[in-house]
This record gives sequence, C-alpha cells and structure tokens, in this order.
Amino acid sequence: MDALPDHMRPERSFQGFILALQRFWAEQGCVILQPYDMEMGAGTFHPATTLRALGPKPWNAAYVQPSRRPKDGRYGENPNRLQHYYQFQVIMKPSPANLQELYLKSLAAIGIDSAVHDIRFVEDDWESPTLGAWGLGWECWCDGMEVSQFTYFQQVAGVECAPVAGELTYGLERLAMYVQGVDRVYDLNFNGREGAEKVTYGDVFLQAEQEYSRHNFEYADTAMLFEQFKMAEEACRKYLAAGWREADNHKEHLMALPAYDQCIRASHVFNLLDARGVISVTERQSYIGRVRDLAKACGEAWIHTETGRAV
Amino acid sequence: MPELLLELFSEEIPARMQAKAADDLRRMVTDKLVAEGLVYEGAKAFATPRRLALTVHGIPARQPDLKTERRGPKIGAPDAAVQGFLKATGLNSLDEAKIQKDAKGDFYIALIEKPGRAAIDVIAEILPVIIRTFPWPKSMRWGARSAKSGSLTWVRPLHSIVATFGLETEEPDVVKFSVDGIEAGQTTYGHRFMAPGAISVRRFEDYEAKLKAAKVILDPQARKDIIVDDAKELAFAQGLELVEDPVLVDEVSGLVEWPVVMMGSFEKEFLVIPDEVIRATIRNNQKCFVVRDPKTGKLTNKFVLTANIEAPDDGKTIVAGNERVIRPRLSDAKFFYETDLKTKLEDRLPKFEQIVFHEKLGTQAERIKRIEKLAAEIAPLVGADVEKTKRAARLAKADLLTEVVGEFPELQGLMGKYYALAQGEDASVAAASEEHWKPQGPTDRVPTDPVSIAVALADKIDTLAGFWLINERPTGSKDPFALRRAALGVIRIILENRLGIGLRGLVTDHFKNSFGKEYIDVVDTKNDWKVADIADQLMAFFEDRLEVQLREQKARHDLVEAALSAGSLVQGHPLVPIVDRVEALGRFLDTDDGRNLLAGTKRAENILRIEEKKDQLAYLEAPDADLYQTEEERRLDATILATQSEAREAVSKNDLAGAMSALAKLRPAVDAFFDRVKVNDDDPNVRKNRLRLLNEIRSATRAVADFSKIEG
Repeated sequence: MDALPDHMRPERSFQGFILALQRFWAEQGCVILQPYDMEMGAGTFHPATTLRALGPKPWNAAYVQPSRRPKDGRYGENPNRLQHYYQFQVIMKPSPANLQELYLKSLAAIGIDSAVHDIRFVEDDWESPTLGAWGLGWECWCDGMEVSQFTYFQQVAGVECAPVAGELTYGLERLAMYVQGVDRVYDLNFNGREGAEKVTYGDVFLQAEQEYSRHNFEYADTAMLFEQFKMAEEACRKYLAAGWREADNHKEHLMALPAYDQCIRASHVFNLLDARGVISVTERQSYIGRVRDLAKACGEAWIHTETGRAV
Repeated sequence: MPELLLELFSEEIPARMQAKAADDLRRMVTDKLVAEGLVYEGAKAFATPRRLALTVHGIPARQPDLKTERRGPKIGAPDAAVQGFLKATGLNSLDEAKIQKDAKGDFYIALIEKPGRAAIDVIAEILPVIIRTFPWPKSMRWGARSAKSGSLTWVRPLHSIVATFGLETEEPDVVKFSVDGIEAGQTTYGHRFMAPGAISVRRFEDYEAKLKAAKVILDPQARKDIIVDDAKELAFAQGLELVEDPVLVDEVSGLVEWPVVMMGSFEKEFLVIPDEVIRATIRNNQKCFVVRDPKTGKLTNKFVLTANIEAPDDGKTIVAGNERVIRPRLSDAKFFYETDLKTKLEDRLPKFEQIVFHEKLGTQAERIKRIEKLAAEIAPLVGADVEKTKRAARLAKADLLTEVVGEFPELQGLMGKYYALAQGEDASVAAASEEHWKPQGPTDRVPTDPVSIAVALADKIDTLAGFWLINERPTGSKDPFALRRAALGVIRIILENRLGIGLRGLVTDHFKNSFGKEYIDVVDTKNDWKVADIADQLMAFFEDRLEVQLREQKARHDLVEAALSAGSLVQGHPLVPIVDRVEALGRFLDTDDGRNLLAGTKRAENILRIEEKKDQLAYLEAPDADLYQTEEERRLDATILATQSEAREAVSKNDLAGAMSALAKLRPAVDAFFDRVKVNDDDPNVRKNRLRLLNEIRSATRAVADFSKIEG
C-alpha cells in the first residue's frame, strides 16, 4: 500500500477507495467482476450473487454494483440520499470460518482501524420478499454508523442454500464520506486530485441525480412501464419454459441466465412504477409476489444448469 | 464436589436474545442433570455478545447405583417364559432370582443392579443433545458443513466450546464430546479487538478472571451497572442528569463485552425539537442515552454513548464519529417536525378517506366519524364538554399522518398533542390526542380528564363493537387487534374514574347509531344473530376480562361470580357497583356475622337442594304465617322481611356497606332457627312451610349476591 500514489489512497479518493476494496478481496481469492449491465435495486440481484449462491459449487466473487432506488431520489438536494449509488458486494460460498475477520481486515484496508474505531455487529435479519430470500447476520456499525450488511444466506430464490454463502454489502458512498471526512456526498473527492484537477462526486453525478429524480417521480412513462413489466414477466416465463430439457435420467435447464435477466428487469420496472406512486398498497403486494414467482422459477432452473447443479 | 464449566463461543448473538438464552442453557443442563440422578448444588448462566457460559457446582462425581426389581414368571411356568425372563434381566440361571409370594402364587423376582456412571460421561452425552436442540428464536446454518442436511444450527456461527469438569482442588478434565466438528476443550478467546488471543481455562473461577483480564466482562448485570454508573457520573460531572432508560441499558449491555461510556454533544439549535423526538432519534437509531438539566427538566445538547473498546486516543475518534451520525439524524427529525407544523391537523383528515382501517369496517375516516359520534354521547355521562369532546375525537388520530409519527410510531398521540397545542387548540382537546390511546397495558396510567375519558372510551368501544360485529374475536393466544387490551382499558378507565356508565346500553346504541343497515343486515342473515345477542356476547367478554383483572388484584374468584350473579354486565348493570360488591362481600365475610350468615345461608341452600330434589319441586312460594309452630320461625320471617327491604334499598343506593350490615341482622334469627327448629317436621304441611321459609333466606341474600357461589 505504501507504493500507492497519494491520489489513489482510499482516504483521498473515491476511486482509490473502490480499488483498495477490490484489491483486498482479490487477495482473498475472489474473482473481481465488473458491474452487471442491467439496472437493479441492489448488488444482491446480480446473478453472481442470486444464482451463484445456489448449488454446491464453491464461489467467491466481489464487484461494484451501481444500485438504483428510484424512490430515494431527492433531486440532488439531500446530503446523503441518492437514487443511484454504488454497492460493493462480496459473496463467498461456502462462508469461510473467518469471514468476520476478513471483513474487519477489509475495513483496515480502506483506512478504518478497529483499534480506534468502535466496530459493532448489530442484529439484522435480512429478507428480500422480491427474491424469495432470507438470511441472518448483522448491520456492521462504525462509531454508530451503519456501514455494511453482513448476511449468511439461508435461502435464495426459494431454494435452500447448501452450503450457505456469506454476503457482505458495503455502502460505498457512505463509507467513503466517513473516511474522507465530508458531510455531503457530492463533496466526495472522486479522483483524489486537488485544485483544478479535482473531480468531485457532484461533478460526476449531481446532474444525473436531478434529472433522474425528475424522471422517476414525474415523467417516467407509466403506460410504457406497465407494458414493460408484463413483457418482462412473459418473456421470463417463455425462456424458462423453453429452457427445460430431458437429459439422461435428469432434467436440465439451458436458459436460466437470460430468463433471470427478465426477472431483474421486472423488478426494476416495478420500482419505477412504485416511485411514480401508481401502485396501490394492495397491488404492491401482488407485484412483489409476481417478481418473487419469477425469481423462484429462475432459481429452480439454475440448480438444473451445469454451474448450478450438484456434481 | 466437582463443578462443570461450559462456554459456547460464537459470532455476535442478538442482544435481545441473550438473557433468555442464558436462562434456557441453565435450565436445560440442570434439568438433564437432575433427570440423570445428578443433583447439583447451584448453577449460574451468563451471556455476552459472543458467548453463553454456564457454571454448575456441587455435582456428584458419579450417579447413584440403581437397584430395580423385576417380576418374572410363576414358578413352574413354561421354559420359554423362563428363558425370556433370564435374557431380559441378564441372570445366568433361576438360582440368581428371588421368589416372592403373593395372592396369585409364587413368582420369580430378579434384582437388577445398575451401577451409576461417572458424571463426566453422563455430561458428555447430555451436552451435545442440548446444543443441537437449543431453542433459539431463529437459528441458521453456515460454512462448508451446511452443504449436508442435519448440520448444526445455532443463532450465529458457533466457533468453539469449553467444557471442563472436576474438583476445585484438582486439574479438571475436559468433557469429551464434539458437535458437528467442534471439539469441546479448554480454550476460549478474549475481547474481539483488545485481546483476541486464545486463553486456556480450567474452571469458572479462573475463567471469569482471565476473561476480565482479556477485556471481557462476563456478567451482564456487571456490564449494566458499569454503563449506568458511568453514564450517571459523566452527566453529574457536568451538573446534568441522565435520563434513565432500563430497556436501552439491557440492549446496550448486550452489544458490548467491555463497556466504555463516553459523552458527546450536538448543536444547540436542535433543542427546538420536542424532547421526546430528540430522545427517540438518539435512542432508536444510535442506541445512545440523552441527558437533562435537573433545574429545568429539559434535555440538553449532550448524549451518552457506550463503546466496546478503550481506544488509544481516549475515544475522541469514536465520539466524533457518533456526533457525525447523530447530526444528520437530528437534522432530519427537525425537518420532519417543522414540516409537520406547517399543516393543520384538520387539513390532514381527508387523507383518512383513502386509508382502510379494516376491509369490513371501512376507512379510517369512517371510523373517526363513529368515534366522534360515540364520544359525544359519552361526554355528558362523564362530565365532559360535548363540543370539545367532538373536536378532540376528530383530531385525535390526525398525527398518524405526520412525518414524525411515520418515523417514530411510538410517538403517536404525543405529537398530536404538540401539534394541537401549536395550532392553538384547547388544552383538554390537545391532551386527548395523547391520552385517548391510554391505557396501553395493565400498568399504564388511565386518562382522567373528562374529554380524554370520553374519547378514549369511544375509541376502544368502537374497536370492540366493530370487531364483534364482523366476528373477528380473540381466540386462544390469537388477538391480532389487541381486543383484550381494549376491553381491559375500558374496564380500568371506568373503575379508576368511578364512572356510572352502563356499558351494554352504550354498545347497543353504538351498533344502531353508527354501523348502519349494511352491517346489521350482514350479521343477521349470515350468522343469524341479533344485535342484542352480539351485545350480550361482548358483555360476557367484558365480564371475562373483569374477572381476569380482579383475579390479578387478588380478589377471590368466587366472590366475583357471586357478585355477577346478583347483577351482571350482560343484564345491563353498570360496572362500578359490581366491583364494589366484590369488595364489600370480601370485607363482610371477614367478620363473624358474615361468616355465620354465609354458613347459615349455605345450610339453608343445602337443605333446600336436597329436599327439592327429593320432592321434585321448588319451594318458591311465600310461607304461610298461620303454619308457624315456633317463635324462631316467626322471628326469622319478621327479620327477613325487615332486612330484605333494607338491603334492597341500600343496594339501590349503591350503599354496599349498608346492604351488608342489613344482612348481618339476619344472622341471629337464622342461627336461632337452625338451633331449635327441625325443618323436616312430621307434619308435611309444617315441613313444606319451613322449606319455604328457608327459600326466603336464599332470596333475601340474593338481593346482594348469590351466596351459593361463595366457597367455604
């Protein structure tokens, strides 16, 4: 780390911060993936977590996932609420016995020393009704601030995890703000340079926050979105139906991933509709249930694929 | 005698589960020990965020030997039976068996001696079973072993087990067992950050001391004491006072193994927010305590946090970090509060038309209308101003739609009061916002202001009436709409304010006035009930709740029954006199007059029961004075006549003491009658007349209570 130029140090730059986490987890044997190329509400939706958490084969991965929460947009006016932000996601299957220690070391790698900071594991049971998933774990607190989620997946997409995977999710902006000592997300130093060369988080994302807030709350085309939800749902079912094959003595599935893409799409479209306020309380439950049904069917397909099934 | 040390070391156990888990561990291990004949002297269990620990001392080194006798076949039984007996008992031949005689003949008896096993071996069998069946509210699987079914589940991953057994004076032995690959041993670990190394322990004494040296305070009570004492001390040093919060102390002590208490502060400008909102913000989100100025009783801009480490910079970084988190939280709270103040409570009401209260009971707006109507009806009965009561009922729930209550539901009602006062409402109208939710539980206070009383009663009675009408009633342990609590609330409000309200009439009127034809029709056609039946059933529910409530206050169950028999809620009687009657009865029966009258009445009733059964008729007619043979009969008749009317009159004036002393006058005449008069006279007419006289005793006492329901 000493060889790092100043502008790449995790406490100086947002990008350096991300790179430090990637390097740390690469050293733990994780494959470092790039973000999934679809809009999604959280890093957990990435097939590298949702689908790879299923089945007996070991899997260790880490990646940044841009996360879209249309409802959380504040037109760029709130110091820490964003409709688009980054999550850093780590998944390790099976969960290693020293996952908590690894997590604490990863904090040290981004400049949070557990000898000076008060790090706590506070009960938080995680459940995603849209993914048909649940797990037990904690919110990880640093000096009273929630900085990560730590979950031992018990079930994903309606399928029992065997073995269990451990999942870590870091809220990157919030952690970087803490490490850089800024109170407003848009003031984060993005590239670690100073003066004329400095690029802030605001330079990169403020306009986007304003524009997407307008879009999410006021202008998103709801007629189109309702249609898109239906189309994604139908496509997902179609691909799932088409993917099943009878192989010697067992069933297998040949199109779980493309089908799951449509489930991701349906979920994001639902989030947009929800932000537009056009889904009533009772309808809400039924939409969530429809996405969950897709997720479960995709999980069922996945455990019949080459990568997902028992050897 | 030897002692057992057990520690289950895991990843962080949720704070709210720790106390019960420690208790469960102690109970399960000691129950098993006793069941195995290992009677111990004492046991104590502890929990920290990362470990459950148990020490049991005074365990015998061995189980006692067990001697049992087993009865075999008769002498001369077929060989197959004899062989079976030998095989089952392990005897080599019948020579080793005893012979026992009984009425049916001579039998072989085998004496089986089962030597007791070493306690450590028994414990090694007990512990893995307890660990595998431990009753965590939620447990999980983890790691590579979770690939297979039947892997160990625990609240969070279990890492190591300490289990030692032995005498104080000797090096103890490790209790040898393993659970899903975890071998029990003598190694534990210190504080996660300050002393993470392995520690070798022998028994509880050095275990607790070594943990302390490794920055772990094992005893939750000791951690609580440190937190409370240090927090008070810190506040006191600044001339301030800690706002005590035992629930928060419980939780925080379950989040740290080494509590380090520190004080932080926030900007004074946030003190414009109501104290309760500041406290909720700091407490719920940050698990920190707030501090008040003892002179004003108001909060100051300080808070107290509990860290889990002693940091080399004396915690400066930790305090600064917590301050940085609290600031935006308070900033949000201030924004919510100020936003709320911009909208008048009544302007929020139309939104309730969109919010369903219950699909069969309409919207919140409809419910508020019903409450308003009922509250207006109750108002004159409790001395409340009708217009103020209506206004209070209309506004009482409006704060449910505010930002602050959305964020902190526990502040419902209180915020309504603040917002009502801010918009210039009358003080009792504003107070009703908070008070009408009360009492929330058996120990919560009840409203006393008449306006609050009227709204609180209307709110609860509407809830009960509505759910009774749609047949959603509590069953067994299920009470999703907290109807038992609502009923108890009504009872306590009426009793503690001594309100002369007739519940049944109120409920019947409410059904008719507020629930319209659609409900009544549905009820009638689908369930074949009439409104009157539903009112009866609801009153019976109130009576059940009343009995539970009185039993909690140690009132005698039989007296409650006796009082209800003389005038019940179902029959439309008001509540207060029923309870007064129970109390007066209790006092009366503590006197000689009371006890003797009860004995006399019971005697009369017993005789009547027997004779009425024999004769297959009830002696209900008045006795004929011409048939009296003795002075005692005539005196009893006259006394009954006098006391009965006196007692009835006293009861009608709610003068229970007067009624009891009237009844007391019966006693000498009853006693004299039983002393000198034979009821079953040879002359059938005299006998019949005397039985009728006995019936007069029964009906005279029934003016006050049904004495037959009283025990003793």
